[in-house]
Amino acid sequence: MVSKSAIQEQMAKQEYKYGFVSDLDEETVPKGLSEDVVRLISHKKKEPEWMTDWRLRAYRHWLTMKEPTWSNVRYPPIDYQDIIYYAAPRPKKPVNSLDDIDPEIRSLYAKLGISLQEQERLAGVAVDAVLDSVSVATTFKEKLAGLGIIFCSFSEAVQEHPDLVRKYLGSVVPFNDNFFAGLNSAVFSDGSFAYVPAGVRCPMELSTYFRINAQDTGQFERTLIIADPGAYVSYLEGCTAPIRDKNQLHAAVVELVALDDAEIKYSTIQNWYPGDKQGKGGIYNFVTKRGKCLGDNSKISWTQVETGSSITWKYPSCILQGDNSQGEFYSVAVVNNYQQADTGTKMLHIGKNTRSTIISKGISAGYGRNTYRGRVQIHKGATNARNYSQCDSLLIGSTCAAFTFPDIQVQEPTAQMEHEASTSKIGDDQLFYCQTRGITPEDATNMIVNGFCKQVFLKLPMEFAVEAQKLIGVSLNLEGTVG
Amino acid sequence: MLEISNLQVKVGGKEILKGIDLSIQPGEVHAIMGPNGSGKTTLAQVLAGRVTYEVTGGSVRFEGKNLLAMKPEDRAREGVFMAFQYPVEIPGVSNAYFLKAALNAIRKYRGLDEIDAMDFVTLIQDKAKLLSLDETFMKRGLNEGFSGGEKKKNEVFQMAVLEPKFCILDETDSGLDIDALRLVADGINTMRGPKRSMLVVTHYQRLLDYVVPDFVHVLVDGRIVKSGDADLARNLEKHGYGWILEEAPKPQAARP
Repeated sequence: MVSKSAIQEQMAKQEYKYGFVSDLDEETVPKGLSEDVVRLISHKKKEPEWMTDWRLRAYRHWLTMKEPTWSNVRYPPIDYQDIIYYAAPRPKKPVNSLDDIDPEIRSLYAKLGISLQEQERLAGVAVDAVLDSVSVATTFKEKLAGLGIIFCSFSEAVQEHPDLVRKYLGSVVPFNDNFFAGLNSAVFSDGSFAYVPAGVRCPMELSTYFRINAQDTGQFERTLIIADPGAYVSYLEGCTAPIRDKNQLHAAVVELVALDDAEIKYSTIQNWYPGDKQGKGGIYNFVTKRGKCLGDNSKISWTQVETGSSITWKYPSCILQGDNSQGEFYSVAVVNNYQQADTGTKMLHIGKNTRSTIISKGISAGYGRNTYRGRVQIHKGATNARNYSQCDSLLIGSTCAAFTFPDIQVQEPTAQMEHEASTSKIGDDQLFYCQTRGITPEDATNMIVNGFCKQVFLKLPMEFAVEAQKLIGVSLNLEGTVG
Repeated sequence: MLEISNLQVKVGGKEILKGIDLSIQPGEVHAIMGPNGSGKTTLAQVLAGRVTYEVTGGSVRFEGKNLLAMKPEDRAREGVFMAFQYPVEIPGVSNAYFLKAALNAIRKYRGLDEIDAMDFVTLIQDKAKLLSLDETFMKRGLNEGFSGGEKKKNEVFQMAVLEPKFCILDETDSGLDIDALRLVADGINTMRGPKRSMLVVTHYQRLLDYVVPDFVHVLVDGRIVKSGDADLARNLEKHGYGWILEEAPKPQAARP
C-alpha cells in the first residue's frame, strides 16, 4: 500500500500532474487526411510496398465507414480533416543508444517519472518509449535478443521482421473491423512490437510509455504482440498527455496472438489528459484492443486502470479459439468532472472448455458518466464453456451516472454462465464513521475506493499497483468531491 | 473532562435536545437512559460531530477545548471515541488496515511517528484476545458481512486499540446475546481507569449490570429529568419510565 500522505500531497499539488508541454522540434505533415497523406506517412517511415498498400486499402475502406453512434458517450462531431496525422520529434542525430537521446526528451520522461536509465538499471523493465508516434529508444533490446525475444518499435519490426508483421498484422483486428481501427490502419505512425519465441518465458516486464506532446496531433499507435507455443510475456502500457484546450484524438489498435500453451498478460494504466473541470479539452480515447487465443491451452489477460481521457471507448477483448483457452478482463475505470467512459470487454468462446473471467469496477464522481458494456458469446461447438462476470459501480456524489449493458449470447447448452452486478454509493455514514476514528473524509474516500478496486489492483504488477492507487486519488481530486 | 452546558440541538428543524447540562470527571462512567425518542442517540452523535445535527445553543468543552468547533476527525484525535449503534460496512478494506490508518492518523496529530508494523500486530493480537476475536477477523473487510454481535464486538475492539480518553457507547448492548454481552462488558470494564471517562447510552438496564456506572441520568424529551447512582437504573428496570415522567417538571411551553 502506498502511504496516504504521499497521495494527499500529490492531490494537493495539482489536478493533472503531467500537463507540461515539452518544446521539442517536431516534424509534422500538413493537417488532414488523403491518400497522399497516407503515402507520405508510409514514405517517411521508409516502408515496403506491401505496407503502403495495406494502409491504402485500409484508408479506402475507412472512407466507406461511418463513425459508430451506439456507444453511451456524447461529443461534438470530429473533423477528421483538422487533425495532423503524423508528428515526430526531429532527432539532432541518429539514436544509437540511450545516451544519444535528445536531453529534452530525456527530461520529459524524467518528469513523467520514468527515467529510462533508472528503468533499465533498477527496475529490470524494458521500455520502448513512444513519443508522438515515433519510438524514441528501445532499451534492453540486446538482453532480450539473447533469448530470441524481439521487442522493438512497430516501424522497426516492419523493416526488420516483415514476415512476422505480414503474417499477424490485422489478423486479430482487421482494418475493416470498425471505424477507428480502420483509421488507425491507414495512418498509424508507430507503436510497439513484441515476439516471444516458443518455450521462452520473457524474464522482464515489457513496457511502453506513450505520450502525446504536439498540438492538434492524433496519436495512432499500433501494437502487435505474438507469443509462440509455450511462451509467456507480460506487457505494461502507461499513457499521459499534456493539457490542451482542444480535444485530441487517440485511436490505437492493439493485437495479441497467443499460440498453444502461450500466455500474454497486458496491463494498461491510462492517464491521458481528462479535460478541465468544465469538461474543456481532453483526449478522445477510441481504442481497439483484442487478443486471440489461437492455440489450445493459451491464455490472454487484460488488466486496465482507466483514469484519464475525456472520452474512453475501449473494449479489450478475447477470441477464445483454441480449446481450453482462457480469457480475463480486469478493469477499473474512473470518471470525474465531465469525463465519459464506455468500456468493457468481449469474450468470444469458440473452442471447447474455454473459460473467461470479467471483473469490472466503475467509479463515477462529479458529472462523470461511466458505462460498462460487455458481451459474452458462447458459439455453437464451444462445449463446456464457462464465464464469470462481475461488474460493480461506485458512485461518489449525486450528479454522476453509471450504466451497465451486459450482453450474453449462448448457443451451447453445456455453457455455465455467472453474472453479478452491484451499485453502491460512498455514503455520509461511511465517511462519518471513518472520521470518528480520526480519518479525514478525503483519506476515507481514498480508502473506500481502494477497497473497491482491490480485486483488480491485485492483478497489476507491484509498481503499477502503487501508481494506479495514486492516480485514482489524483483523478478523483478527492478534496473537491467530498464534503 | 467533559462539560456540557445548556446544549440545545435541532434535527431537521425539530428541537431534540432542549438544554442538557452534564459534567463528567476523569475516571467516571455515566449512563444515559431514557425512553425511545428522548434524544439519547442525538446526544451521542452531536458529541461525535455529526453535521446533520444543528447545535442551536449551549456549549461542550472537552479538556477545556471547545469540542463543538472541532471537526469529527479532530475530536477523535483529541481522544473522543464513539462506539456506534449501527456500525457501517466498508467492503474491501480490512479491519486491520482500517485500524492502522486510524491509529496512525491519531498518532500523527499527537506528533508521534507511525506505529511500527510489528508493534501493531502485537497490539491488535493482545486486544483481540480481550474480545475472543480470531485472526481471520482482522483480514475481513471492515464489518463486511458481520453479524450484529460481531459488529458490536468490533466497536469495542477498536476502542481498545485506539485507547481514547473519552468513550461514548451508543446502545452497545443492543443485538447482543448474553455471552456476547458479557464479553463486550468485560472489554469495556478492562478499559475503565482513573483517566478515562465513559458515557454509556442505553435503553435497558442489562448492560449496566455488568458495566456499573457511577452516575445514571434519565433523559426524557430532550432534558435530563433525573440523575442518580446505579440504583436509579435498577429502579427504572423494575418500574419503567412512567414514574419519572410523572415526577419530572413539566416543560414550560407546551408543544403544539
